[in-house]
Amino acid sequence: MAERKLLSGPLARVEGEGSLHVRLRDGRVEEVRLEIFEPPRFFEAFLRGRAFTEVPDITARICGICPVAYQMSSIAAMEEACGVTVPEPVRALRRLLYCGEWIESHALHVFFLHGPDYLGYDSAFAMARDHRGIVERALQLKKAGNALMRVVGGREIHPVNVRVGGFYRAPTRGELASVVEELEVAREFARESVAWTAGLPCPDLEEDFEFVALRAPGTYAIENGRLASSSGLDLAPGEYAEHFAEHQVPHSTALHSRLRGGGQAYLTGPLARYALSGDRLSPTAREAADDAGLGSVVRNPFKSIVVRAVEILYAVDEALRLVDAYEPPDPPAVPVVPRAGTGHGWSEAPRGMLWHRYAIDEQGTILDARIVPPTSQNQARIEQSLATVVAAHAALPDDELQHRCEQAVRSFDPCISCATHFLRLEIERC
Amino acid sequence: MLTLVVGVGNPWRGDDAAGLEVADRVRARARDVAVETLEGDASALVHLWAGHDDVALVDAASSGAPPGTLHELRDGDGTLQAAALRSSTHAFGVADAVGLAAALGRLPDRLEIYAIEGGDFTLGAPLSPAVARTVDELATWLAGAGMCRTTDVRRPPL
Repeated sequence: MAERKLLSGPLARVEGEGSLHVRLRDGRVEEVRLEIFEPPRFFEAFLRGRAFTEVPDITARICGICPVAYQMSSIAAMEEACGVTVPEPVRALRRLLYCGEWIESHALHVFFLHGPDYLGYDSAFAMARDHRGIVERALQLKKAGNALMRVVGGREIHPVNVRVGGFYRAPTRGELASVVEELEVAREFARESVAWTAGLPCPDLEEDFEFVALRAPGTYAIENGRLASSSGLDLAPGEYAEHFAEHQVPHSTALHSRLRGGGQAYLTGPLARYALSGDRLSPTAREAADDAGLGSVVRNPFKSIVVRAVEILYAVDEALRLVDAYEPPDPPAVPVVPRAGTGHGWSEAPRGMLWHRYAIDEQGTILDARIVPPTSQNQARIEQSLATVVAAHAALPDDELQHRCEQAVRSFDPCISCATHFLRLEIERC
Repeated sequence: MLTLVVGVGNPWRGDDAAGLEVADRVRARARDVAVETLEGDASALVHLWAGHDDVALVDAASSGAPPGTLHELRDGDGTLQAAALRSSTHAFGVADAVGLAAALGRLPDRLEIYAIEGGDFTLGAPLSPAVARTVDELATWLAGAGMCRTTDVRRPPL
């Protein structure tokens, strides 16, 4: 085959800046690199020396899409370090806030970032002209998620109401009731969205993923749980580092994460949650997933868009349940007295499991911080999937191959900003 | 007649608060004009201006012009997209939201977009003096425009 090298502009519709490098020799995949050149962000370093109470507000700034995930994982870690367990009403209100983030983040990804790929549009704007109803529905879903974030968190982006031990102020029942009507409309939209995504033309691809996600008794894990995996892990937050290792690769400012002993790449996020906790969805969400023909495990990454739609429906359903059962936590926060020690916390960010670990001294000053975001964990597995996608579609002309690769990358919803940001695609054929 | 002013910005980042400050001043001076502020996701604009057919949106700009410079941006002539009023790789920016509203047929009949050039976006900083002057002038002018029912052509004090 003649030598061919293809360079493209920044790949759009991913969160952050990075590029994809693909090298083919005689039609065979030689190398796939998800290159992340987002400058390092040093959050872990500048948390050192700060007060333990500052983690929710500082770490929320890592991401504008999933600030609640950072807040929840960080406060869980600090509460463990200080030996505090929050009362049930506080936990329920945290879960409600988190539902708002899932709805908002997933609606953005399903309709604005990933959806256009399936219908051959290069942007949501182009899609909006021909599919006005879909995009209107997406905006309504986002609006419902934003409303929850505002009522519980104080504002839509980077909520200000979250603290170690609970909340600064508990919303009244009346304030929460104000979002019910919007959520009920959103539930219908979400149900229709599952059917819409299930009907999108989807490339065939079955992969053998090692799924890793939190699992909680009787419920679809969001704000806490134990870590489960396809191969049977069952871990507490403090045991994470014994089983998973982060390592540097030259082409990325984000660390790669792999399972210790064998170095297997794994996948966290919607597909993993669905595979490990799909039996714990609400009846409405479960029924929608069954109607969409999802089965109990989804191994086609291109089908992740359907799973995200199911998770939007679940989050809306769960939010309505939590609002209905809401009793304002009184007081809104329990006292947390610092003590010297180490604490670990995790939760299910929209993009997957997010782990935090902090060491603090007896005054509560942070001595050491470690944050492992979902995109870091998924990077190695994304590269592996891309190699499969490229191999399966190597005969396609460069522009079509490029589109298929972009669609594949977006199916993992990488948040490169979190992991360390723009994707550029480079295909080298030699 | 102008019926809605939307101020966009971040109150904690110096001159990025210019749009919010204009909104606050219009609110204090003109009762006939609805005022909304937006600190977060610009996709909410489509809902904010629903029912309004004459809207002014005010944001901050960082283009390299002298601080306090007032830019008037229009959808359709490329100035809005070029200005790309966003400082996040994540959520919707104003230009994205306007593009989306246009695609959905949900732009107000009349939409004027003003951007005040900022000089200092330091965390916790007050408005720069030059920006504060433009904020005052634009707010006074917009508050007046709300009461002006007859004139068809409005020009800001550029």
